[in-house]
Amino acid sequence: MMENSINAEVQQHPISTYFKVWGLLFVLSTFSYMVDYMEFEGALRWTLILIFMFLKAGLIIAVFMHMMWERMAFWLAILLPPLCVLVFLGLMAIEADYTYANRLIFFSQ
Amino acid sequence: MSAPLEVVDTGVKGLVTDWASDKDAFKNVSWGKTMMWIFLLSDTFIFSCFLVGYMSVRMTTAVPWPIPSEVFALTIGGEHIPLILIAIMTFVLITSSGTMAMAVNCGYRRQRKKAGILMLITAFLGLCFVGMQAFEWTKLIEEGVRPWGNPMGAVQFGASFFMITGFHGLHVSIGVIYLVTVALKVLRGDYEERGYEIVEITGLYWHFVDLVWVFIFAFFYLW
Repeated sequence: MMENSINAEVQQHPISTYFKVWGLLFVLSTFSYMVDYMEFEGALRWTLILIFMFLKAGLIIAVFMHMMWERMAFWLAILLPPLCVLVFLGLMAIEADYTYANRLIFFSQ
Repeated sequence: MSAPLEVVDTGVKGLVTDWASDKDAFKNVSWGKTMMWIFLLSDTFIFSCFLVGYMSVRMTTAVPWPIPSEVFALTIGGEHIPLILIAIMTFVLITSSGTMAMAVNCGYRRQRKKAGILMLITAFLGLCFVGMQAFEWTKLIEEGVRPWGNPMGAVQFGASFFMITGFHGLHVSIGVIYLVTVALKVLRGDYEERGYEIVEITGLYWHFVDLVWVFIFAFFYLW
């Protein structure tokens, strides 16, 4: 009961904050859809997709999931570990590059 | 867990004192919420592995990848619109996240009727999402897309598509059941004594489902 009442105080935010973020998520989703609709290509396309994706993810985690109001000891414990995925992603990208090169050599014969 | 009251330090100093405090490192965060976050963290790794796997097969295939913009286009009223169903699904899921955030807010304000009804609306929007996904799957299966091949290009497209969207759809379906269960208990007044933190914990799961969709939308449908 006690911890709940403390948490209830911590996570009381004006409802207008949620409406603003909701609106912002709508706008950002429209932008990312427009990237496809306008048929942007290459580096511009990928950059825009990533920017809108990270902005949306950040807003959801920070406001909807209340991370910006949590203590640093908590949000670092949750948000740092997924960064390991970047190492995995890098390794797999190198490996995939190598496989692709081999397929080009051997499949074209 | 008795709540410690001397949590005065914030920022980096707070980080050090929290982790050096011998007992619980997470002040002001209940076990229920901590455990939901840790579950979501593990789920993050599962979806990351799917997306990295998808990246690998898409990078290694020597056959052109089907263009998602065309695969997922719909003809509405004689007009050919690219990716429109996916865009609508995205908006539905974001709207459901919004109603969920409102429900959490109402819960903490102890307006249990409002909180319960908002959760039921969230569940309904989730159901709409799953329905549209079922439509999308049906359409693709009719066009001959299979996990082992498809008429549009690289064979790995079907496997990635069914695996990633299927696992996400499963999460949404489970989320709908979870939401309805908690919503009915909220409406019945089961949490009047204990407080409404359960609504926030349920909300964390639901927002996570929306969060995963943000990444799937970017990497699978837009890339």
